[in-house]
Amino acid sequence: MEKSIRKYFPVFVLPTFAAFTAGFILPFLMGIGLSFCRFTTVTDAEFIGLGNYTKIISDATFVHALWFTALFTIVSVITINVLAFAIAMLLTKGIRGTNLFRTVFFMPNLIGGIVLGYIWQILLNGILENFGKTLTYSSAYGFWGLIILMNWQQIGYMMIIYIAGIQNIPDELIEAAKMDGAPAGKLLFHVTIPMVMPSITICTFLTLTNSFKLFDQNLALTAGEPSNRSQMLALNIFETFYSRSGWEGAGQAKAVVFFLIVALIAVAQNRLTRSKEVQQ
Amino acid sequence: MRRKLVSMALASVLTAAFFAGCGKAADDAGDNGNTTNDGNGTDSGTSVENAGGTEHGGTGTAAGSGAASGGSVYYLNFKPEQNDAWQELAELYTEQTGTEVVVITAADGTYEQTLKSEIAKTEAPTLFQVNGPVGLANWEDYCMDLSGSELYSHLTSGDYALKNDAGEVAGIAYVIETYGIIYNKKILEDYCTLENAVIGTPEEIDDFDTLKAVADDIQARREEINDTFGYELKGAFTSAGMDNSSDWRFKTHLANLPIYYEYRDRGIDSTDAIEGTYLNQYKQIWDLYLTDATCEPGLLSSKTGDESESEFGMEEAVFYQNGTWEYGNLTNPDNGYLVAAEDMSMMPVYIGVEGEENQGLCTGSENYWCVNSQASPEDQQATLDFLNWVITSDEGRDSMANDMGFTTPFDTFGEEYTADNVFIRADAAYTAAGKIPVTWNFSTIPSETWKDGVGSALLEYAQGTGSWDAVVTAFVDGWASEYAAAHE
Repeated sequence: MEKSIRKYFPVFVLPTFAAFTAGFILPFLMGIGLSFCRFTTVTDAEFIGLGNYTKIISDATFVHALWFTALFTIVSVITINVLAFAIAMLLTKGIRGTNLFRTVFFMPNLIGGIVLGYIWQILLNGILENFGKTLTYSSAYGFWGLIILMNWQQIGYMMIIYIAGIQNIPDELIEAAKMDGAPAGKLLFHVTIPMVMPSITICTFLTLTNSFKLFDQNLALTAGEPSNRSQMLALNIFETFYSRSGWEGAGQAKAVVFFLIVALIAVAQNRLTRSKEVQQ
Repeated sequence: MRRKLVSMALASVLTAAFFAGCGKAADDAGDNGNTTNDGNGTDSGTSVENAGGTEHGGTGTAAGSGAASGGSVYYLNFKPEQNDAWQELAELYTEQTGTEVVVITAADGTYEQTLKSEIAKTEAPTLFQVNGPVGLANWEDYCMDLSGSELYSHLTSGDYALKNDAGEVAGIAYVIETYGIIYNKKILEDYCTLENAVIGTPEEIDDFDTLKAVADDIQARREEINDTFGYELKGAFTSAGMDNSSDWRFKTHLANLPIYYEYRDRGIDSTDAIEGTYLNQYKQIWDLYLTDATCEPGLLSSKTGDESESEFGMEEAVFYQNGTWEYGNLTNPDNGYLVAAEDMSMMPVYIGVEGEENQGLCTGSENYWCVNSQASPEDQQATLDFLNWVITSDEGRDSMANDMGFTTPFDTFGEEYTADNVFIRADAAYTAAGKIPVTWNFSTIPSETWKDGVGSALLEYAQGTGSWDAVVTAFVDGWASEYAAAHE
């Protein structure tokens, strides 16, 4: 069996690989190539070297979007994971209606980002209207609006992962610790958390990359207003590419830089949390 | 052996299924613009949001005959207000000639990005539009020289052709439009009957000071007006929404006035550095829009163009800065607006410049048809034929003049095909009275980014989160830097 699988390996891999090449590898390479070009449409480009990269360094909106995104990522990774973990702890204690709660908390994750963005825009604007303001009044409103939105959307999903992790902890470990008289705090930090480290790896990875790459929610909730101050990186790249004539190449260069940053963060995070995982 | 056969069969089925899927997708993509079926509608629907909310597919019937004649037309339409009329016209043309015409309308404010992605496709638009010299600079490589076309020969004046640096006719204006301050004549006349009203008749408003005095008074006495005449006024002006469905009214159209007067003083028609000599007047009028309005300035960032329109339509405000293109929306019975067509009129946007009692409405064009130079010759010919039909046939002229309400610059539109509405009549009256129309100089604004910068600064000033100096900086310094960036 093993042998025949090896023999037909190309037959099984080829379709997916072809799709992956057409849908990912080629556009990716084309994108890198375009970042060194000046063009209006992607099929008609002229090589100009590093010009686009020098352009983006002097682009204040890009730098601002970078910091805004970084700050947003830090805050949302912390809030989402802490809250999701806390809820997961509560919902593994066997209280009544556990399944109902789990379902309800998970449901926001099923709604698409754009829809969610507009729903929260209406909700938050409805509240802010009482104070004569709107979400796009200043970037601080947009920032916290996005944090609320992302928390609402992602907590349920991360909660499910944490619940699976917590349920995987062998009961005897907890019992043994309790018998040794470990207080709740110690139990949490020295038994539970080390044991769910694999879940934490996954959840931080997901929230980190999701937050950094956030686009639809940003577009729907504030569209970067006011003055691009609530604009995150992905939206900034999109706007540079589409809304600024002559800057298509710069938008592409930003996308390459963006890829490098996300890849770097993801690898670093993975290393860091992996090293803390314990073998059961 | 048998097992081997089975696994071979399974593997080939898998591969076949994959490629079948591929083939279908390719077919669908090919359909876009080539034959008019649902595949086309959905394919484009993913990238183009149709603002009119109607089907994209357009014609739908004569797919076969369209292919027979060789060329086809794909028009990427800029104006959502006229989407329905274009769809009907396209369908009619296909019925008559067999050439199929696909009209797709980009959603409000997304034309450039839609064009950018559509034109890179194999089935690219054969007909699109640019908004003037600055827009042309970006799309020059895609604009065919139209100087030999019949379309060009029908222009009443060479001024309506957009020429590139080489002197070729790259674009042809198809609509002449006018904007100003639309006002509700009925409410204004009722106001004039009040005791201590600032003016006796609406016509007395012929400069900024009078406009401001009237607006301030209406704003202050709106309760009294409501009680006396049974209106539900919320303010003198409609909300100056800064959502991107509305902010162009201020960062582009209103900004045209200080640009116009500066150009006039300096005797130029474009510049690499604006001085901002009339920015104080720009501030005056913006302040007026903000203070005598239906809503708190803090809410402006999310107020849309539709809200502003409906405030005027529902008689919640007297003044509304917009243009002739709004006539259709304001009189469309589906909208259920209270204001009657004959109660509307338009006055110039007075900003407080000396001698402005002789100022007329702002008239010009920022809509130029361009034929895609990279389309196949058959498609180009089909496109030119279609345009020719639009401006010479009875159906085409009727649709453009009456359904779309366009004032066109073509000599084929005689008396019988003259768009007629209260705003166009108001413009004609001002011109007849010897007022000087304000030209559209905003087409020389160096980039969209400049407009965004000014728009954001205007909003922040309105909210109180920014100062007027930021508007000046965005206006003056932004102009220089954006001009430099666009001409590097």
